[in-house]
Formats: sequence, structure tokens, C-alpha cells
Amino acid sequence: MSLDRVARDKLVRALAASMIQHAEELTSLDQAIGDGDHGLNMKRGFEAVLAALPGLADKPLPEMLKAIGTTLVMKVGGASGPLVGTFFMELGKALPEQPARADLVAATDKAISAVKARGRSDAGQKTLLDVLVPVQTVLSEGGDGNAIAAEATRAAFRTIPMLAIRGRASFLGERSIGHMDPGSRSVSLLIGAAAAILEREADS
Amino acid sequence: MSSASSGNVGIVIVSHSPKIAEGAADMVRQMVGNAVPLAWTGGDVDGGLGTNVAGILEAIATAWSPAGVAILVDLGGAETNSEMAVEMLPEDRRARVVVCNAPVVEGAVIAATESSGGSSLAAVKRSAEEFYA
Repeated sequence: MSLDRVARDKLVRALAASMIQHAEELTSLDQAIGDGDHGLNMKRGFEAVLAALPGLADKPLPEMLKAIGTTLVMKVGGASGPLVGTFFMELGKALPEQPARADLVAATDKAISAVKARGRSDAGQKTLLDVLVPVQTVLSEGGDGNAIAAEATRAAFRTIPMLAIRGRASFLGERSIGHMDPGSRSVSLLIGAAAAILEREADS
Repeated sequence: MSSASSGNVGIVIVSHSPKIAEGAADMVRQMVGNAVPLAWTGGDVDGGLGTNVAGILEAIATAWSPAGVAILVDLGGAETNSEMAVEMLPEDRRARVVVCNAPVVEGAVIAATESSGGSSLAAVKRSAEEFYA
């Protein structure tokens, strides 16, 4: 997979658009079981990422991902900043400039481990890991962009009946059941946006 | 903010609310005086409720002491952002900053009290954490 400057620029814009366009939806999910700032926080973070264009897309892929991660850590606020930011930073550290699928599989595995360590959490606790982990499995089994995006969406919906064990929603105990985890939803949107761009690049 | 006298452990207060952070810092000052380097931070980068890594890094720098810095936090994001900030510190400082598992107001006061007596970073952390023990 080769992502030239134009493709990197498209990727950044697609990621940012997915958060900015869904800010209200994410906020209303967070109002149900969190503190209602998730949509605004992610929007602020990705607006800062957009503001780093065009220079951001001049960077090689690993450097670009690390820069996105750092920006999210500094700007998002809330626990999502360090969690999503760590994912991008670790992905950047682990990927070569022209990654093959095997590189992507290995790098996402490392990045997910870093998110688990940062949040002292694992899949099954109604967090973004409940999307990241199953999507990584589809990626490692050879699923294409469409399969990855579909699994991301399904995985976010699977958080609805889950009991929150980590994060703000865990304060609600059983009342967290019946609502989609906002962090899972935002990660599924980001994955969907990235998968669509990568799929198009693979075809071109 | 950090008095020159002090080889004492510094205290950083991190709350989602700048008012809580500042108020807790006021209580520490009133009860423990100026013998302890102290800094607070609260709010997201737009000034709303939340925490931010840049603000935490700045507070750590303000309260810096060779004896180290103990951070008191309120809710989840404050803790995650504080841990992130610690990891972003220069390597020689990283090992001398701890995030305490303690209530933010009571923890800050007891940690500062312990620090003002010249206790080590480990002892300061232990005192603060006795609230949840």
C-alpha cells in the first residue's frame, strides 16, 4: 500500500470530517451515559488536526500519524484524547513508510496494546477497545476495506447491551446498559472513514 | 509559585473544573502555608469543563521540585491526561512524578502536609492514598 501526499491529505480530511459531521450525534450518545462533551472534544481535536494541513500531509505516513496523535492528546481533553491519541502515535511508531498488510496488522496490534495499557482496560468493558479489537481481527484475517468498515459499525452497536466497567459510564453501573458507547462510535466512524480512503487507493 | 526554600515534594492539583482546582489549592495554602511548591490546572483547552495535557505539563513545571511532584486528580480523564503528561516529561523527570489514587481535595491537603514535613515522594503518595485504602 502506497499513500502519496494527495492520499495522505484525503485521509486526514476524511478522518476529520467523520468527527466534525458526527459531533452532535457523539455528544448526544455521551449525554446518555457520560458527561456530554465527547462530540465537542473530538471535533476540537480534529479541527486542530485539519489546521495542521497542508504541512501535515507533507510528512511521511509514520510521522504524520504521530503528529495526529500528539495533536489529539493535546487538544481533545477528556480521556479520549490520550486514548485515541495514543493509538495514532503508536501506529506511527510501528508502521514503515510504505506498509504492507502484514505491517498494518502488526502495527495495529501494538497500538491496541498501548491503548489497553493507557486505559488499564480490555475488550468487554464497553470502551473503544470493543471496536478496535474485533476490527483488528478482521484486518488480520485478510478482510478488505468494506469488511473492516462493516465490522467497525457492528462492533459499535454491540456495545449497546454491554455493562460499562471502565470510563465515566461505569459510574452509572447497570444504567449504562442500553446505550451505545460514544468512544466506540467515534472509533468506528474513524475506521470507516480510513477504510473508504484506503480501499479507493488500493483500487487506483 | 514554588518557594525557593523548598526541596519539598511539589503538589499539582488537576480537576475538570478550574474552580475546584483553584479552590483546593487555596485550601492547601491556607492549611499548609508556602513550604510546598504548588500548582493547579483545570478545564479543557477552550476553558470548558475538562482537563488538558498542556495545562498539566505546565503545572508540573511550576510545582517542580528535585524531590518530585505528586499529582492529585478528580475524575477519569484527569487521571488519563495526567498519566499522559507524565510520559511526555523529559526522561530525568518522569520517574519523579506520581499520580495519586486519592480524593482530590483531601488528598491534596494531606499530601501537602506530608510534603511540608520533608517527606519523600513515596511517603507523600502513601499518605494521600490512605483515604482510599
